[in-house]
Amino acid sequence: MIVKMASVHWHSQTRQYQLEKESLRLEAVPVEFGDYHPLKPITVTDSKTRRTGRKGSTSSSSSSSSSAPDPLSSILDGSDPLSVFAAAVTDPLSARISAGESGNRKQDKDDETVVGTDFEPWSGKRSEILARFTTTEKLSINLFIGSDKGKAPSPSSAVSEKVRTRLEELDDLEEGSQKEMLNLSQQDYVNRIEELNQNLKEAWASDQKVKALKIVIQCSKLLSDTTVIQFYPSKFVLITDILDTFGRLVYDRIWSMCSDTQLLPDSFSSDDVNDTARETCLNWFFKIASIRELIPRLYVEAAILKCNRFLSKMGIQETLPRLTAMIRGIGDPLVAVYARAYLCRVGMEVAPHIKESLNKNFFDLLTTFKQIHGDSVQNQLVMQSVEIPVYLTLYSPAIDWIMQCLAYRAPEALLTEMMERCRKLGNNALLLNSIMSAFRSEFIAARAMDFIMMIKESDEAGFPKHLLFISLGRSLACADPPENDRLTVLNEAWKVITKLRSQQDYINCAETWVEYTCRHFTKREVNTVLADIIKHMTPDRAFEDAYPQLQSVIRKILMYFHDFSVLFSMERFLPFLDMFQRDSIRVNVCQAIMEVFIRHQQEPTRDPVILNALMHVCKTMHDSVNALTLDDEKRSIAGLINGFIRMVSFGRDFEQQLSFCVEARATFCNLETVLSQLIHSVNQLAMATHRVVKGSHSRKTAAFVRACAAYCFITIPSLTGIFNRLVLYLHSGQIALTNNCLSQADAFFKAAISLLPDVPRLVLVEGKLRPSEGFLIEFLQNFLSTLLVVPDHPEQGVLFLVRGLLNIVQDYNWEDTNDAKLRIYISALPLLAAMSQDNFLYRINKVESNETLYGGDPKFVAEINKLCDTLIDQILDHLKNLGKDEAFQRQSSIAIMLLNTILTHGDLRNNRLNQMVVNLWNLAQKYGYADTRAMVRLPLFSPHAMCVL
Amino acid sequence: MATSLDIRLKRANKVYHEGEVLSGVVVVNTKETVQHQGISLTMEGTVNLQLSSKSVGVFEAFYNSVKPIQLINSNIEVVKAGKVPSGKTEIPFEFPLHVKGNKVLYETYHGVFVNIQYTLRCDMKRSLLAKDLNKTCEFIVHSMPQKGKQAPTPVVFSISPETLQNVKERTTLPRFMIRGRLHSTNCIITQPLTGELVVEHSEVPIKSIELQLVRVETCGCAEGYARDATEIQNIQIAEGDVCHGLPIPIYMVFPRLFTCPTLETTNFKVEFEVNIVIVLQDDHLISENFPLKLCRV
Repeated sequence: MIVKMASVHWHSQTRQYQLEKESLRLEAVPVEFGDYHPLKPITVTDSKTRRTGRKGSTSSSSSSSSSAPDPLSSILDGSDPLSVFAAAVTDPLSARISAGESGNRKQDKDDETVVGTDFEPWSGKRSEILARFTTTEKLSINLFIGSDKGKAPSPSSAVSEKVRTRLEELDDLEEGSQKEMLNLSQQDYVNRIEELNQNLKEAWASDQKVKALKIVIQCSKLLSDTTVIQFYPSKFVLITDILDTFGRLVYDRIWSMCSDTQLLPDSFSSDDVNDTARETCLNWFFKIASIRELIPRLYVEAAILKCNRFLSKMGIQETLPRLTAMIRGIGDPLVAVYARAYLCRVGMEVAPHIKESLNKNFFDLLTTFKQIHGDSVQNQLVMQSVEIPVYLTLYSPAIDWIMQCLAYRAPEALLTEMMERCRKLGNNALLLNSIMSAFRSEFIAARAMDFIMMIKESDEAGFPKHLLFISLGRSLACADPPENDRLTVLNEAWKVITKLRSQQDYINCAETWVEYTCRHFTKREVNTVLADIIKHMTPDRAFEDAYPQLQSVIRKILMYFHDFSVLFSMERFLPFLDMFQRDSIRVNVCQAIMEVFIRHQQEPTRDPVILNALMHVCKTMHDSVNALTLDDEKRSIAGLINGFIRMVSFGRDFEQQLSFCVEARATFCNLETVLSQLIHSVNQLAMATHRVVKGSHSRKTAAFVRACAAYCFITIPSLTGIFNRLVLYLHSGQIALTNNCLSQADAFFKAAISLLPDVPRLVLVEGKLRPSEGFLIEFLQNFLSTLLVVPDHPEQGVLFLVRGLLNIVQDYNWEDTNDAKLRIYISALPLLAAMSQDNFLYRINKVESNETLYGGDPKFVAEINKLCDTLIDQILDHLKNLGKDEAFQRQSSIAIMLLNTILTHGDLRNNRLNQMVVNLWNLAQKYGYADTRAMVRLPLFSPHAMCVL
Repeated sequence: MATSLDIRLKRANKVYHEGEVLSGVVVVNTKETVQHQGISLTMEGTVNLQLSSKSVGVFEAFYNSVKPIQLINSNIEVVKAGKVPSGKTEIPFEFPLHVKGNKVLYETYHGVFVNIQYTLRCDMKRSLLAKDLNKTCEFIVHSMPQKGKQAPTPVVFSISPETLQNVKERTTLPRFMIRGRLHSTNCIITQPLTGELVVEHSEVPIKSIELQLVRVETCGCAEGYARDATEIQNIQIAEGDVCHGLPIPIYMVFPRLFTCPTLETTNFKVEFEVNIVIVLQDDHLISENFPLKLCRV
């Protein structure tokens, strides 16, 4: 730095830090036992006697328990609002349904017979069915040609005309004007149905009620068509979506007609409904009653079942049994069972307390069960070349649903009765399966042995047996069978499972039964199961087709085994992991394992088994990172590895720990965050050593902390983030200094200083370019205050580091439009003032800083004052330039800043300095840009400032 | 046209009985003040008889019976000549539904050859320069409940090849047996027709079972008459090869306007029947006919 003619003669104020501290400290008042204090833990030990003393101030909280609840955790206690939201928007179609359902539910809230949240809603099943029942065959769709005759009739026409034209249209539609669309692929079909759904809404919105009804009738007619039978369940789902839409539209419309004066309460009765609404509602029912075909009539009436509420109190109760009986007229058993499922669904939504029709549905179902094996069905299957087991699985969703409705909050006796009835039908596997998936798992679990026997006895040719075992396994995984039966159940079940011929069937079963094993048995049994799975899945690389199931096996094991020493002591666990040979899946599995480890590992570990295994797991994750990996992915992997590193501790064996860090650095060299973490860990290690030796290092420990410093010093340059590097240099330097490693500390600081010119003006923060200035100023101020305690190097000049730093600041390529450089100059003044004190504000134990090295030598102080003069000159020059550029506001704020600093740290008995303070004050106010609040805050009334002004 | 007329009846369903009063408002919607020579309401009820084309030649002579029969025709003035201010004006009215003499008000019925219809017409007479305005609206008359309780008349039936009439070769018919019952053939018009049927056995699978509601309209007088049966609606109650031995419900709602209580007068008759139609997969069609008697209580 060029030293110019000194215009001000800087003298630092002499400070007595200890005295100042004592004079400024608030007076401490001891708190009496009964006194209120916000930070005191709340106790209820003797609230009755104390309450008068405390008055109302804590009376509200005194009732809470002594452990104050954590507000954050209490919020997360319930359902997470985000996940609730996410659940609600799974996809637009189901979202709509669930919205509808929740709407229904809201309206029935006051009923004690409302469907609770423990009832799995249809929306959950829906997507499952759509994914499961697909076809590659060509589909066809029967539609009327979109005639626009259904336009809103002119209001002048008489009622009869209106009715007649509408009926004509209905006839019209039933007779000739149909179009058959052939050769649709499944996707086309789905699109077409969705289009119809849109058409329905549009027609409704544009007041074309007849057209809307036509669409609905046409759609429900599609349900009587069982060509391409494998697709039927999905078709059912798609079409009932439309019916739901229709039902809601009609209900809402009639609802809105009721509420011309005031809104109808949720629990309205039919007496509250006005004539117009009632008439409209009746019209709908009459119109629907005249639909020619059975299936559309049934479905459409079921869709608007809820509207019966407008007509009479008993309406729904009377309609449900009638519709149930009507289903008997459907000859095709598959069509009938789905119609029953729909009716049960609507019934559960609208009137969950009416159980009789559910039972009746089920008994009718049992009675018509023989139809499945009747000639008509068999002929149809032969024609479509569908095998019986495949055909039977088509029934599952519907029967499951009916059973679920039936079993919901049903008494034990009813369930037993159902079971007996099924048993009478010759242990029909299809029914058995539905019972197992629909009934309460406790119920199933209590009779686990019975069920195993029933499964064994059930008919070989029909329903696939592995599906039965999957259902049973699912129930047993959530409830406990009697203690004595547990092992027998597992043995019996596994005996069958292990003999399954198809590997897919096998792994599907094994996947569910692993959970049962984990839940009820120890690692020995799980290990056996894993061994069996490995044995089955290795031939022909069968595991390649079963990754999802294998992943789920791992997930289930992790759910039950949180103790990693147990987990890794299972011999078959790591070989099992080796089956995941596709990279992405392997990484996924590793992530899952690490997540569980981080969540459940309470104490740091040094168990070599765990360390080895997890090191392997982490390495797998790390090695998956490449140039194409997304940032988020990298971040999550790094987070997991960091979690692992933090959990490793060798206790007092620090050298072992350091060598672990060395190993980890070699292993995880591609992840910057992990490297930073390692540096921090090593720094921590150094400080731990410092604590152990209580600040006085022996030769051995000194060598160790130097090794730590060396580790950091060579690791930091491999990071790319420049601020990251700067901060770590400073941080490591501070730690080296604390540990009395002066030359290491010097090296860190020098490295930091020499890195400064490379700091770019703009840095990337959260994906956006931001000016780096803020970070830089913050860092430099931190750096400056550290430099107070750094002793000068005997071979370098006085204040070598400070000068070096200021030179770099001067040469740094600052932005012209702001005054960052000046701010740093101004912040350097307090440092220099602090350095010229006899006793420093702070010091490091056992490190001799400049205060003792120079002992307040006048030459040293003069050197400091010279430096201050130079700085102030620079600042004044800059102020002048600002004045020339007419940047008065900036000028004023810098003047205030400088003024502030001088008032606090300068010795104002010095005339020149004194004069300058006055000049600065005037300059700050000159152009009226002075920030009054900043001016008021100036320490003008400090005793030595008083004498100036 | 700047001016429009409308009639709004108070009852949403527009159903009235003899002796009741039709009340409502005449709504005049106009942009400017309208001068008029009085607004009046006319109530009209007629039976229109039409002869089916196949029998028109035979019955041309009986033009007498084809002439509409007037049941009621009365007129009241709602507003005397004057002005209606611009905007929407609602003029309330009450119009009693009374028959003159010993005439009976038959229930509203829309059929093919017989039509019983009641209308309310509103006329606004205007000066020579402007056209008269009018507006018609139909209202529905329900006949008074019949006195005396109708005892339900259950019908039990069984259909098998042996019970069929009009069969040419009884031997070629497939074997089948269908039993069932109707809870009553004396039906209350507001209540559905109910019953059940059981397919006991059938050699050929069943394709469909339907209920066909038929109107039988008879026009004529002492000299002769034309009797025509036409379908009102067809309701399918079973589709496909239904489960044998399981009762299937028979259920049909009588459509409004297209049905009325069974009617018998000197000039015309309106009666109803139901057919149970069983279609077999080989397209054999078996039909069983049940005459119904509808009434209103």
